[in-house]
Amino acid sequence: MIRRRQLLGGGIAGGAGLLLGGCDRAVQSALPRKILFAGETMQMGLQRALMDRDALAPEYRPEQRSPIFRANGTRDPGTPEYAALRDGRFANWRLTVGGLVARPLSLSLTDLGQLPQRAQITRHDCVEGWSAIGKWQGPRLGDVLRAAGLRDAARYVVFTCADRYGGAPYYESIDLVDAFHPQTILAWALNDRFLPVANGAPCRLRVERQLGYKHAKYLMRIDAVASLDGIGKGQGGYWEDNVDYDWYAGI
Amino acid sequence: MDAPPGTVIRRHGLGTRIWHWINAVAIFVLLGSGLGISNAHPRLYWGVYGANFDAAWMELPRFPAWITIPSSYNLALSRRWHLIFALVLGFGLLAYMVWSLVDRHFARDLRLRRRELTPRHLWADVRAHLDFRFHDPARPRDYNVFQKLSYIGVLFVALPLAILTGIALSPGMNAAWPWVLDLLGGRQSARSVHFLCATAIAAFTVVHLVLVILAGAGNELRSMLTGRWRVPPDGRVDAAADPLVAGEPR
Repeated sequence: MIRRRQLLGGGIAGGAGLLLGGCDRAVQSALPRKILFAGETMQMGLQRALMDRDALAPEYRPEQRSPIFRANGTRDPGTPEYAALRDGRFANWRLTVGGLVARPLSLSLTDLGQLPQRAQITRHDCVEGWSAIGKWQGPRLGDVLRAAGLRDAARYVVFTCADRYGGAPYYESIDLVDAFHPQTILAWALNDRFLPVANGAPCRLRVERQLGYKHAKYLMRIDAVASLDGIGKGQGGYWEDNVDYDWYAGI
Repeated sequence: MDAPPGTVIRRHGLGTRIWHWINAVAIFVLLGSGLGISNAHPRLYWGVYGANFDAAWMELPRFPAWITIPSSYNLALSRRWHLIFALVLGFGLLAYMVWSLVDRHFARDLRLRRRELTPRHLWADVRAHLDFRFHDPARPRDYNVFQKLSYIGVLFVALPLAILTGIALSPGMNAAWPWVLDLLGGRQSARSVHFLCATAIAAFTVVHLVLVILAGAGNELRSMLTGRWRVPPDGRVDAAADPLVAGEPR
């Protein structure tokens, strides 16, 4: 009888092992994978239904900032082009704003500094689980897009970066809800100093209601597009294209 | 109420049975995928922020492949498993709670009586457990006091807190419902509490499975599938009479 109980206990553990293996196999076939990946659409739909379009991410007091703001991902793009820009203290850096806009722009760091500024002390949440708090400053992306004049067909904003992953520039994208959110800024300062190279100098995106990998560093181009098809592998970002990360990273 | 030993009674209602199995799958996937996510940054902090340069109160082990979903380290897929089954867990619990309030399952079966909480009664129930007697022969359908306390703890504390702390980890929900973060004392505290809730739920599940086996797995499983449960003699489990163990036809 005891042996049977042990068998039963072993059966539960063994069954759990089989089930775990089953989870791995399930996502290799099309339908379970499709269902699994529909979770992102559900989470995004729920969150967008529950939050005001302009609901603000929490902001913090200066003394709540992380003593050291952890840098992650690329710490230095390491290309000759980037090294040349950095050595020139980014005087020759230009941020190109194009795609579906009426007036394409080419903005220098000085131009960014002369636009109306927003400073915010916010929390940066990495998809891995850690958080760091820092003060960011820069113009609102919405103001830059208004200056460029979005065409009616534009639905997404694509950010192309100076750092390269797998031979191609890192890229990310957000929709217009987040692009025109009041806390979505093109940050050129972290904790009242020019952005360090490790944190994305000279300019990075802050999109405060999403996880860290959406906050593209080393910005070079901003393009308004009608669809994410045909950009990279069509999923809207380097990680989304290559390792199945969610495009909507609000959770 | 009285049911003599050997008779078969209806033990679990339809709502309880449906939710039990949906929830069992959700807990299984959430624990496995949660351990996979933990492997991405196995450090826990208190407070609002916390990263590698900050002091961690807990350094977690790297959870091995046989216990994580997926088995090979893949943060993106662990997250996808976790975040879709989080919805199953959350909305499933909500539906079960509404159902159980309406059909008075909670009021009937989980309400603690004053006499059950006397030290004398609690001690008697400890001794009964050690003797493998899990049922009061006079009221075999009733849960014993530790059973009630653990169901109350998991239903009204561990699961809701796991859900609330999970919501607190979402930067989108932080904007939508900032009060959740305020209540929990910051995102990294919420992440730590989320892990502690998961540990409590895992511990509950292990004890639950062991007691199902000790109480007669066949009879208990049948009661959670069909609702029908055979009253054990004198409240004491006779494992030899268990349909699964003894191979008795069900």
